[in-house]
Formats: sequence, C-alpha cells, structure tokens
Amino acid sequence: MSMQDTATRKLLERAAPGRVDFENLVVVPLFAVVAALILGALTMLATNVEPATIGRSYLALLQGSVGSLGAISETLTAAAPLILAGLGLALGFRAGLFNIGAEGQILMGGMAAVICGFSFSHLPFAVLMPLCVISGGAAGAFYASIAGWLRAATGAHEVITTIMLNMISYRLVDYMLRLPWVQRPGRADPISQSVPPNAELPALLQWLDPNLRLHAGIFLTLLAVVVVHWLLFRTKLGFEFRASGASPEAARYAGMRASLIIVLAMATAGMLAGLAGANQVLGVLGRASPGFSAGIGFDAIAVALLGRSHPVGVLFAGLLFGALEAGGRQMQVDAGVSIDLIGIIQALIIVFIAAPLLVRALFPWGFRRPDSGDGRS
Amino acid sequence: MISDYRRAALALAVGLGLALPAHAFTACQVTDVGGIDDNSFNQTAWQGVLDAQDQLGIDARFLESQAETDYEANLNSLLGGDCDVIFTIGFLLGDATQAAAEANPDQMFSIVDFAYDPPLPNVLAQVYATDEAAFLAGYLAAGMTETGVLGVFGGINIPPVTIFMDGFAHGVAYYNAQKGTDITVLGWDPETREGLFTNNFDSLDDGRAFAQNLYDEGADIVLPVAGPVGLGSAALANELGAEELMIIGVDADLYRTDPERGHVYLTSIVKRMDRTVFEVIETAIAGAFEGGVIVGSLENGGVDLAPFHDFAGAVPQELQDELAQIRAGITDGSIPVGGE
Repeated sequence: MSMQDTATRKLLERAAPGRVDFENLVVVPLFAVVAALILGALTMLATNVEPATIGRSYLALLQGSVGSLGAISETLTAAAPLILAGLGLALGFRAGLFNIGAEGQILMGGMAAVICGFSFSHLPFAVLMPLCVISGGAAGAFYASIAGWLRAATGAHEVITTIMLNMISYRLVDYMLRLPWVQRPGRADPISQSVPPNAELPALLQWLDPNLRLHAGIFLTLLAVVVVHWLLFRTKLGFEFRASGASPEAARYAGMRASLIIVLAMATAGMLAGLAGANQVLGVLGRASPGFSAGIGFDAIAVALLGRSHPVGVLFAGLLFGALEAGGRQMQVDAGVSIDLIGIIQALIIVFIAAPLLVRALFPWGFRRPDSGDGRS
Repeated sequence: MISDYRRAALALAVGLGLALPAHAFTACQVTDVGGIDDNSFNQTAWQGVLDAQDQLGIDARFLESQAETDYEANLNSLLGGDCDVIFTIGFLLGDATQAAAEANPDQMFSIVDFAYDPPLPNVLAQVYATDEAAFLAGYLAAGMTETGVLGVFGGINIPPVTIFMDGFAHGVAYYNAQKGTDITVLGWDPETREGLFTNNFDSLDDGRAFAQNLYDEGADIVLPVAGPVGLGSAALANELGAEELMIIGVDADLYRTDPERGHVYLTSIVKRMDRTVFEVIETAIAGAFEGGVIVGSLENGGVDLAPFHDFAGAVPQELQDELAQIRAGITDGSIPVGGE
C-alpha cells in the first residue's frame, strides 16, 4: 500500500470513526468550537479590535443565531442545505469515498429544480413541488455518479474527478443560464426565469412576519437525516457501504460488488447534494444565477467532518454552521467586525477537529486519562 | 451660584451632545459581493455614508454580501435592527430590495443602479447617466492610443455595467467619425450586446487575465468595468509599464483609491454615488423622503471624468479642448451619447 493510500485511509478513519466513542464524537468537537472561539477572539485582538467590541460581537453572534424567532429562522434556513449536502458527504466518507464535488452536485440539482419549476408551471402544487425536489435529487445523483463510474471503471480518483466536475458545473451553469428558454426575459445577464409559487417549498412562518424565511425544506432535511441513518445502519446496502469504507479488501472477499457500491454511494451522496440545491432554489432564492451554490458544497465537507460522518452529528454540525452564518451577519451589523472572521472561526474548528491530540493537550481536564497512550486519536 | 448654573447647563449640553448620537439617524448599507473595500463601486457608495457620518453625525452600519445568496439574508439582518434608511448597492440586489421593501412598507430603502417601474413608494432609486462620462473617456482613449486598438470588458452583462461600455464605444465611434480614423474597440459590441464578461465582480485574477488577453490583441488602453476586478488589470499594467498598457478606472477616481498603482490610470469614469447617497441621507433626515429616482448626470456632477493626474502633461491640449467642447455638447444635448 502506497503512502498516499495510507494517508487517505487515516483521514477517512478520522472522518468516519468505526467505534462509538463519546469523547471523540462529542467532547472533541465541543472543545474544538470553544478553542476556535477563543482563538477567534485573539485574532480580533491582534487586529486591533477593542475587547469591549469583541464581547459585543460574540453577544451579537449569539443573538443573531438563537436570540429571536427571526434569528432561529435564519439559522435553520442556513443550516438546511449544509445538513443535506453534509449527509451526502458523510455517507461518502463512510463508504470510503472523498467526494469534493458537492458544490457541482448542488448546482446541477438546483438547475434541474429551477428548470422543472418554470417548465411545468401549469401543474398543481401537490404534484409540481415534489416533482421538482425529486428532479433536483436525480440530477445531483446523476452528476455524482459520473465520478463514481469513473472510479469504478477506470480507477480515477474521486477527489480529482469531483473537483474537475465542479469546474465543469460552474461553466455549464453559466452556459445554461444564457440559453433563451432558461434566461429570464428582458435580462442580458445569466439569470434564470423565476420559480413559480406552486413549485416553491412553502414558507412556514410568513403569517407571523413576512421577513421570516424558514421554509418547508427543513422538514425535507430532518427526513433526510432519519432516512440516511436508517440506510446506513439498518439496511444491507448501508452495511455494504460501511464495509467497503472500513476495508475494501474484506468487503470484496465477502462477495460485495465493489464497483456497484462505489457508484451507488456516489449517486446517493450526489442525490443529497442535489436536494440541497433544490432546497436553495425552491425555498430561498426562487431562481438560479451563477454561483448560487455559494460554497455550501465546501462548507458541507466541514459539516460532515465535524459531525464525524454520523447523520445525527451532521445534523448538529449543520445547525452550528448555520448559526455561525446567521450570527456572523449580526456580528458585522452590531459590532462592525468583518464577516470574514466567521470564516476563520469555521476553519479553526476544522483544524481542531482534524487534530484531536491538540484539543486533548489544550484541555487535558476534559478527558479521561489516556488509556496507556496507544496513539489512538 | 451663577457658575453652578453655568456648569449645570454645560453638563446638560455635553450630556445632550453625547446622548444625541445614540438616538440619531442610522444609515445602513448592504454591499454587493465586491466588498466594502473594493476601491470602487461599493466603497464609493459607502463613502457617502461616511461623509454623512462626519458632517451630519449619523450612525453608520454595513453588511458585506459574500455571495448572491446573501442579499436577502443581509437585508433581513438589517431589518431587525434600527436602521432608518437601508442602502442596497447594485443592480443585482434589485429583486431582494423589492421583496424587502414590499414586506416592510414603513422602512426607507435606497438602491443604487436599479430603478423600479412603477416606482415603489418607499424606495428611492439612484441611477446614473454613466454613458455621458464614458463617452468622454472613449473619445479621450481614442485620442491617446498608439496602437489603434482599445479594450473593454465587464463584470456581468447587466445595464449598469454595459452603459459604461456603450458610452465608451460610442465615444470612440464619434472620434472615428470626426477624425476619419479607424480605431477599434475589443470586448463590446453595442449592436449585438455581446462582449467580454468575467461573470463576477470579485476575481482579481480574471481582471489580470482579461487585460492580458486584450493587451495580446494589441490594446494599449483597457477599460475594466467590474469593480475590484479592475485592480487585477491595473496590477498587470503596473508590471508592463504605463507606456505599454494604460487603464481607465471606473466608479471612483482610482488614482486616489488605488494610489500604489496610480500611475497606470489614464483617468477614471467616476460615478458619484457618494454624492447621491449623501443626498438621500439628507433628504431622509429632513423628513422629505419619497420613493422615486435620482439621476446622476454629467450636468449635475453625478458622473464625470476624473482628472488625468500623472498623464496631465501627456494629454495634448488640443484633445483636452475637444473634450471640453464635447462635454458642453453632451450637456446641451447636441451630441447624442447613444450613438448614431
């Protein structure tokens, strides 16, 4: 086994730990967040932000994420696509696949959902909305399975192919948005026609306040958490995914069809990312424009890592990242602290998650005595 | 005794002076993806708010959009706060601003580069006859080029971007018609509405690459109409030297906002968003705010050509005189900037 393979294997082990381990699943992420917030404060200090402002900015972070109904609505709205795409990536990690292509799969899923929306706008809501959500998932699944097929048939590494497929998807979306039957009439810039109201994921709280953006996609998200959990831990296919991830050789000797599993795992991951795209265009944006994926596919990698590739973990990690996003805006409004700081804090969380030994060293009192230092991270 | 009264009065006055800003007018701004420090579009609009902060003692807040998906969310964050007027900077925020304005009829909004038809009662739109200034820039560039080839590229193919390119191309065409020359403009065809676009407003790498392509095709003056993207073009011009490639800035006087590379800017097509934003704030404080449209033109100083700065000596006096004539012609309507 080459160095490369060993390194990949180690990373995957960390992303999708085999054993249920309370400390690794809960304590390390928790301390990672705390450490990141502290380092974030130090970063602000280093950039000449006054201590009072730092206090105010963290207060704003809290208020902007959970401090009001509007804040909670924003947190959930931001979390939904992160969780959906994160579930897909987590499933891939479990199956031993490093899918970096969620961004492209989101774009493809979103485009399919938008096109479905305005093409069949005469259909009633009860038919059209589910149809468009499903077409989003299907497009994402198809796009991801290209990388899966390349891996299974030719051995091309999915990290490379999914990154390249991302590039292709950016330009493909640019191109599609300029097609006369997609582009919004009267506009020369790449922007799609609007999604009709009967294709939209309905807003849930607008009867309270028209500014509350929370929409039915949150139910889709929760459903996806349950289904992915069931799929991974209660079905034969899920067992095959996990077995292939844990030990491809063993899985093959046990008679599992490795190639098929790779394609299926990629397709399922892509479907979830595609649903995230559909969730965005049908629930939040109402249209497609270049880059409507807005980096969700990359943030979702962090969400899957932070959630230890466990569906419930992904749910909480997604909520945390959604809260950081919503609260980050409030931080900028109330304290005038740059929104880039939120990016720094997110990145720091990932650094600490990826380096559990560092967290253990920083917070020794948070952990049981190491069990005779077997090097387990 | 008297001194005590005086002291009390003084304390009261100081107290009022300190207390007033806390309850004062608050202006908030949602930027487009270029960011508040883009040396160009968003920064110019923000300058108007900062000027109002200095001169009128208002509170100012801003929120940067990092992606197109942020517009609505950012507006929502500001709606919850205590903003008296919310500025949204850029055409692409048109939809989001309209939705927010309709959902919050009592909130004052002002959008740059987008006019609603019919106008919304609580949105004051700021638009600019940028083609008037760009026409002058086109004529100037045509008079300055050595190679006979000029280059232009845009951020996204939307009206507030292409109006620069239209004016520029028509200015060059006017020069050709007057002088019988055959100077070409690469990157934009006002007839077909097709041209070079980076499809973003934030990639400095694209700015460099697009300028490099135009330079390779022979252009010695390039007009990037893409906010901070143009800084990448200026970096290239800085390396090649201004005698090889000159840049025409947009929105702000880039000689001032980008002083390190000031020597590569032949001039800038300035869009005085700072002035119109300030005007809107003044109107709102005076309680005279109404939905509608403010148009910045060459005549009222809303758009203009920046000074030549380092090139002041290089632009022939004859050309400068012609520009002055054309400027007069544009303001009195005898020279149409929209082409023949």
